[in-house]
Amino acid sequence: MNIDSFLLMRHEILLLAVVLLLVVAEVSISQSKKDSIVHLAIFLFGIHTIIGFLTIDYGNLFGGMFHTNALIHFFKNVLNVGVLVLLLQSGDWLQEKIVQHNRGTEFFILLFSSLLGMYFMISAGDFLMFYLGLELSVLPVAALAAYETTKRKSSEAGIKLIVSSALASGVSLFGISMLYATTGSIYFNDIAEVITTTNLSVLGFILFFAGLAFKISLVPFHFWTADVYEGAPISIASYLSVISKGAAVFILMILSFTVLKPLMHIWENMVYVIAIATMFIGNLFALRQQNMKRFLAFSSIAQAGFILLGLIVGNQLGAATVVYFVLVYVFSNLAAFGVVQAISNKTGKENITDYEGLYRTNPKLSLVMMLGLFSLAGIPPVAGFFGKFFLFTAAASEGYYLLVFIAVVNVTISLYYYLLVVRAMFLRKNENAIPFFKSKIYMRLGLIITVIGILALGLYSPLYNYIYEMSNIFN
Amino acid sequence: MDILSLFIIVPILTILALVITKGLKQARVVSMIGSIVQLGMAINLVFAYFSERAINNDIMVFTKDVVWYKQFNIHYNIGVDGISVALLLLTSIVVLAGVFISWKMKDLPKEFFISLIVLSIGVYGFFISLDLFTMFVFFEIAVIPMYLLIGIWGSGPKEYSAMKLTLMLMGASAILLVGILGIYFNSNADGGALTFNILEIAQVNIPLEAQKLFFPLTFIGFAVIGALFPFHTWSPDGHASAPTAVSMLHAGVLMKLGGYGVFRVAMYLLPQGALDWSWFFIILSAVGVIYGAFAAIKQTDLKYINAYSSVSHLGLVLFALLMLNKTAWNGAILQSLSHGFMTALFFALIGMIYGRTHTRDITKLGGLLKVIPFISVIYVIAGLASLGLPGFSGFVAEMNIFVGAFQHDDMFYRVVTIISVSAIVVTAVYILRVVGIMLMGPVKNEAYLKLEQVTWYEKSGILLLLIPIVGMGVAPLWLSDMILESLHPFIQGLL
Repeated sequence: MNIDSFLLMRHEILLLAVVLLLVVAEVSISQSKKDSIVHLAIFLFGIHTIIGFLTIDYGNLFGGMFHTNALIHFFKNVLNVGVLVLLLQSGDWLQEKIVQHNRGTEFFILLFSSLLGMYFMISAGDFLMFYLGLELSVLPVAALAAYETTKRKSSEAGIKLIVSSALASGVSLFGISMLYATTGSIYFNDIAEVITTTNLSVLGFILFFAGLAFKISLVPFHFWTADVYEGAPISIASYLSVISKGAAVFILMILSFTVLKPLMHIWENMVYVIAIATMFIGNLFALRQQNMKRFLAFSSIAQAGFILLGLIVGNQLGAATVVYFVLVYVFSNLAAFGVVQAISNKTGKENITDYEGLYRTNPKLSLVMMLGLFSLAGIPPVAGFFGKFFLFTAAASEGYYLLVFIAVVNVTISLYYYLLVVRAMFLRKNENAIPFFKSKIYMRLGLIITVIGILALGLYSPLYNYIYEMSNIFN
Repeated sequence: MDILSLFIIVPILTILALVITKGLKQARVVSMIGSIVQLGMAINLVFAYFSERAINNDIMVFTKDVVWYKQFNIHYNIGVDGISVALLLLTSIVVLAGVFISWKMKDLPKEFFISLIVLSIGVYGFFISLDLFTMFVFFEIAVIPMYLLIGIWGSGPKEYSAMKLTLMLMGASAILLVGILGIYFNSNADGGALTFNILEIAQVNIPLEAQKLFFPLTFIGFAVIGALFPFHTWSPDGHASAPTAVSMLHAGVLMKLGGYGVFRVAMYLLPQGALDWSWFFIILSAVGVIYGAFAAIKQTDLKYINAYSSVSHLGLVLFALLMLNKTAWNGAILQSLSHGFMTALFFALIGMIYGRTHTRDITKLGGLLKVIPFISVIYVIAGLASLGLPGFSGFVAEMNIFVGAFQHDDMFYRVVTIISVSAIVVTAVYILRVVGIMLMGPVKNEAYLKLEQVTWYEKSGILLLLIPIVGMGVAPLWLSDMILESLHPFIQGLL
């Protein structure tokens, strides 16, 4: 073991360093300058994100427990960019509501620890590392969901998240132990060589899948989603819906495309059914929501259903489309959540009806929101359209025309409820509309990044090519 | 810069210029200049097309091909033949007329003109695309602004109409997407690479089973926007609620995407499917022709009358396309153009009448010929063109359609044709009824005596649309030639 091999863990080490620096800062910054912890955290994380894009060696550590490759490296960068945007969007909220109570540093430490857990989860080379990463990624978020201690719903969200995620990870662990029982190893490489379709291994796989399905909020493991999103602070809701979901999709993809590939024919049927159920249930429940956070929660459930269309394919094309879609989804959903957060911070309003007449008072925010929603709905020329189109193409390439047809029906259903928000903002007039306000610099920066992402990702094709090239490890 | 990409770039530049404008005056001047430039480009394109054809033997000219998404073989691939050139000209004329008619748009004028021009980008792009993916992208770009245009600036149950229109058209495009993917994944049937390129796919023998499966999906996907019965219901509501310029663009241009898409994609790429399914869709479109005409008789709202008449007239386009006959095809495309100008003119006139009298109910109107003679006379002329009077564009188109259709060998098709011809009579009934009630007789309301006369911008809009209607009727040959020579690839594939 030398210094070079440690640099394979550059992301993890750097993020840990950021956390430690924040701890040091917490003790050394005087009480009167508590505000600056937010600037410092965002600055440090920004640097961490930038360094993440520098080239890196690929390989294994700890006898294969930890491994990286180009795609995994890219996943971590995607998560970093998402978290950075999220931090920018919640900067004002943190300064106004959280730092006052001396709880700013913990917020960042908890958030970054969870992200660290995701790094390890994605980079895992065996089930032990995977499980440690999974737990590390969930537990801090439960604390964060309950962060607004003055709100009862927030505490409720925290409890709900911790109880249901404990259950899910327990189930997952049970599945892992069954896989161990059938293969005699917890190392992914070893399992891939010996695993065969037996009753026990299938059961193990299903239980293991259930744990991750919970994180991605696939039906029927989605029940926690809307309540937790509604209760948790908005930045945590968007963290759960974008970052946490993205990481879980990545690891599920890695495992099912490589390690559990021999179980593919079983996995296909299961995913087929779950995809249909997830799309329909997410969409149909989203139709009835009044609260923006709940609305976005169900919309994100439906989006997870679409992701399965790429996962079901199980090859390079499928992987590339899934990664691309997640990337697009990160920007689109953060745009929507960002606007919700901006408005909620200023006015405390979170219902769709509150948004009536918003365009006439706050045109820029409305346009960002519309762009985000159109991207989620999959309307050209914004990125979401390309993401969905590629997913559908991947599914159709394996002959799943019926599934594609069901998915496009769902696209139309989803368009209806996304247009309901657009209708409130643009079509309705309201004398008591949310008055004009100007967001602070962090929020504006956060929204601008998402807008650039949404516009550029679709029209600018080299990025997809790049992802496609990297996905060749699944061939 | 190639002259086709300009049809995308100039509108985008217009939009960028509109973003920095302030107030109605600046917004409309910028949109007018932008639209005049577009019209100039379209006229230039016609001349360029003829000179290019004189030296170049390709049917498809000014092609340009840029790789977009390499893995899926998606290209930004554009080019035009005579059919697209004619439709581009139609679009640019209607857009400019629409800008003139919206001269006094009061509420959020900047946003209105931006949405209008976004819509036109979608339409231009659709007509020049030779790549299924690019075409689909532009198709949706053309549809989405309608939601805002009707929803914000419309009247009556505008939210309902806007939502209905958007959902039905997007639902159709969702079906279309499956059809396009089906074509794409069968485009390697002869051993080549998968491709979205329309011209390349046309050379491939797509397996019969796939053609039979994907033809109806593709056909319905496009035909819904061409108001195919029974999927036409979005159209009358949408027309009725839309502001004047939007009705003009909607009926004049947007609905033409349907027929064009059906012809260029569904029938051209899946000829066996077309042969197999034509009887079924012929029945639907013939029902549309008859039903639209009879429904128009029952209406009292001017916009609904015109909307149902559009269902009827556009039913004829699909009907003629499915007749698989050169003359009928020529008629179908002429009918698309003729209907585009005519219906845009109607909606412009209806907008002017409504703007002055504040009613569209013909039972409340009467004697308008005496108070607003210019509008009334033009209305009569448009009506005569609509019912197919010789000397106007409608006659040329309908003649071609019915002569062509009647050449079909099969008795079934001839019977359907005879039934459809009766729609012409019904059309005469509802047109003359409106003219009689609304324009003739005594003035019904004294307030009408003080109606404002036609303004210069309204006149400009009207004349823009009237010239081609008369022009096509008097001298149809050059246009007809341009279309006929572009039909060769279709004839090779289908006949």
